[in-house]
Amino acid sequence: MDSNPIKVMPTPVDLTAEDFRKIGTDEKEAEVIQRESISAWRDAWQRLRSNKLAMTALIILGLITLTAIIAPWLIGKIYGYNYYSNDLLYTNKAPSSTHWFGTDDLGRDMFIRTWMGARISLIVGLAAACIDLLIGVIYGGIMGYFGGRVDEIMNKFSEILYSIPYLLVTILLLVVMEPSLGTIILALTITGWINMSWIVRGEIMQLKNREYVLASRSMGAGHGRLLFRHLLPNAVGPIIVTVTLSVPNAIFAEAFLSFLGLGVQAPVASLGSMISDALTGWLYYPWRMLFPAILISLTMLSFNIFGDGLRDALDPKLKK
Amino acid sequence: MVRYIANKFFYMLVSLFILISATFFLMKAIPGDPLTSEKQVPPAIKERLYEQMGLDKPVYQQYLKYLGEIAQGNLGISMKQINQDVSNIISQTFSASLKLGVVAIIVALIVGVLLGMLAALYHRKLIDNVAMVLAVLGIAVPSFVVASLLQYVFASKLHWLPTMGFKGPLYYVLPVAALTAQPIAFIARLTRSSMLEVLHADYIKTAKAKGLGWMAILFRHVIRNGIMPVITYMGPMTANIVTGSVVIEQIFGIGGIGKQFVQAISVRDYPLIMGITIFYGVLLMLARFITDILYVVVDPRIKLSKGKEG
Repeated sequence: MDSNPIKVMPTPVDLTAEDFRKIGTDEKEAEVIQRESISAWRDAWQRLRSNKLAMTALIILGLITLTAIIAPWLIGKIYGYNYYSNDLLYTNKAPSSTHWFGTDDLGRDMFIRTWMGARISLIVGLAAACIDLLIGVIYGGIMGYFGGRVDEIMNKFSEILYSIPYLLVTILLLVVMEPSLGTIILALTITGWINMSWIVRGEIMQLKNREYVLASRSMGAGHGRLLFRHLLPNAVGPIIVTVTLSVPNAIFAEAFLSFLGLGVQAPVASLGSMISDALTGWLYYPWRMLFPAILISLTMLSFNIFGDGLRDALDPKLKK
Repeated sequence: MVRYIANKFFYMLVSLFILISATFFLMKAIPGDPLTSEKQVPPAIKERLYEQMGLDKPVYQQYLKYLGEIAQGNLGISMKQINQDVSNIISQTFSASLKLGVVAIIVALIVGVLLGMLAALYHRKLIDNVAMVLAVLGIAVPSFVVASLLQYVFASKLHWLPTMGFKGPLYYVLPVAALTAQPIAFIARLTRSSMLEVLHADYIKTAKAKGLGWMAILFRHVIRNGIMPVITYMGPMTANIVTGSVVIEQIFGIGGIGKQFVQAISVRDYPLIMGITIFYGVLLMLARFITDILYVVVDPRIKLSKGKEG
């Protein structure tokens, strides 16, 4: 501090227009985006990436899918057999260097069969989930969007359908139809879509009263545009989570049906049918059960964990 | 209340009617009839047999007759088990399935709620983590895998428990464990999350503030409120255990309905398949109906007028 309280002011001559600049918050500058903007999807992806468990599950799923695609072909090329070629002199053999997972009761290589089975199980799971998605989104979208009478009738219908135990319906259908990959997927989706339609309905009902929907409507947007361009894209988070979590359910249901002899028919195998075939001699030939059982459990576990992780990432509010 | 119950009951009947009709018409859609696979039968006898089975009448008459028979509890005659009524087969094998199912439901409820409660009370501690890992495993690993694994370890290798059959209390352990793995996991997760919510509720703070002992708080407030979601799960759980028992009975050689069902499917004994399907349908829909009622009775906060869908 200067001893002289009266400070010598700089002469007016020194002042320029620059000195009279406003130094408070400049509105223009406040608007400038400081950091790179992050979309909702990147935000979710970053949250997901920091979830080690979910990422491990994702990587395991990737590896399983990749192996299921490549392994049967590659091993077939190397050792010269495929999933149905049998060697009756070489039945029920324990795992060895030529048959990595051993052989089954007809002398078929378990390694190839296990991965072929994984392929079938994955196809069934994914296809059923996709069809559920398609029907569920359309049905649920219409219910939620139109509301009122339409909603009431459609909802009653789905509730009645839902209250019929789904495995019974599926079993009935497969008893009547020839079991094949297509009919199994069809039977699984007969009631599988209902859950998805309820999720979509709830989301749409919440979203349809938002201002942006009103704005779009007042600008003359039709029902289709409102539903598919404005409402559904905003409900995508819960939809993705539901799809992910419905895949393991379909895989389990397929395994259950295989157990009843209503799954894919021999020589094609799914993980479920392999486990059910292995049951008869499983106390003596545990490997015939072990590998398919581990693989199906690992697949279902990974889908469940990944689905949970996805939900936490897409909707952090739900995290407990 | 009466209206609510009547409403639910009506829906149960409609669903049941649809299931029975679907069963009838799907079975009609199968090519061939009960006499197709038999040896050459003289036309006169064939006609006589058709008449006896009512197959000479138009489909709608057969359908009405079928509905009437079912209303009287008559499910027809098995095609493969000679001279056996489907209702007879079901009533003979039901007791084993019922015992297994009831024990499984009780065990699932007790263990599941206990596990969930412990996990909530020791939130983020070791017990919580272990319980939740178990829960994820229980949900993800299919019941038949659990069953085979248990059978291999405890019966075949360690010889602690019998491998197969259904003769005494010890025979229950493995099937019940396999059957309840998934319900326990579900119940534990439900109980845990609802308990955690309750534990942070204001009325718990009030109870603490007025000096209530923790035992009293736990039993009077936390458990009573935290257990609510488990009740909604009762219906799905029954379905889970009933369908699960189909496979479990097969694995452990228990002579219940499930085993009959698997056999009927493998030899395509259509009347038996239809009968058991309808029986299961009635059972599961009743379980659902009771759950719906229980839910309203137990939780007075649910306004009936607002209750989920009318």
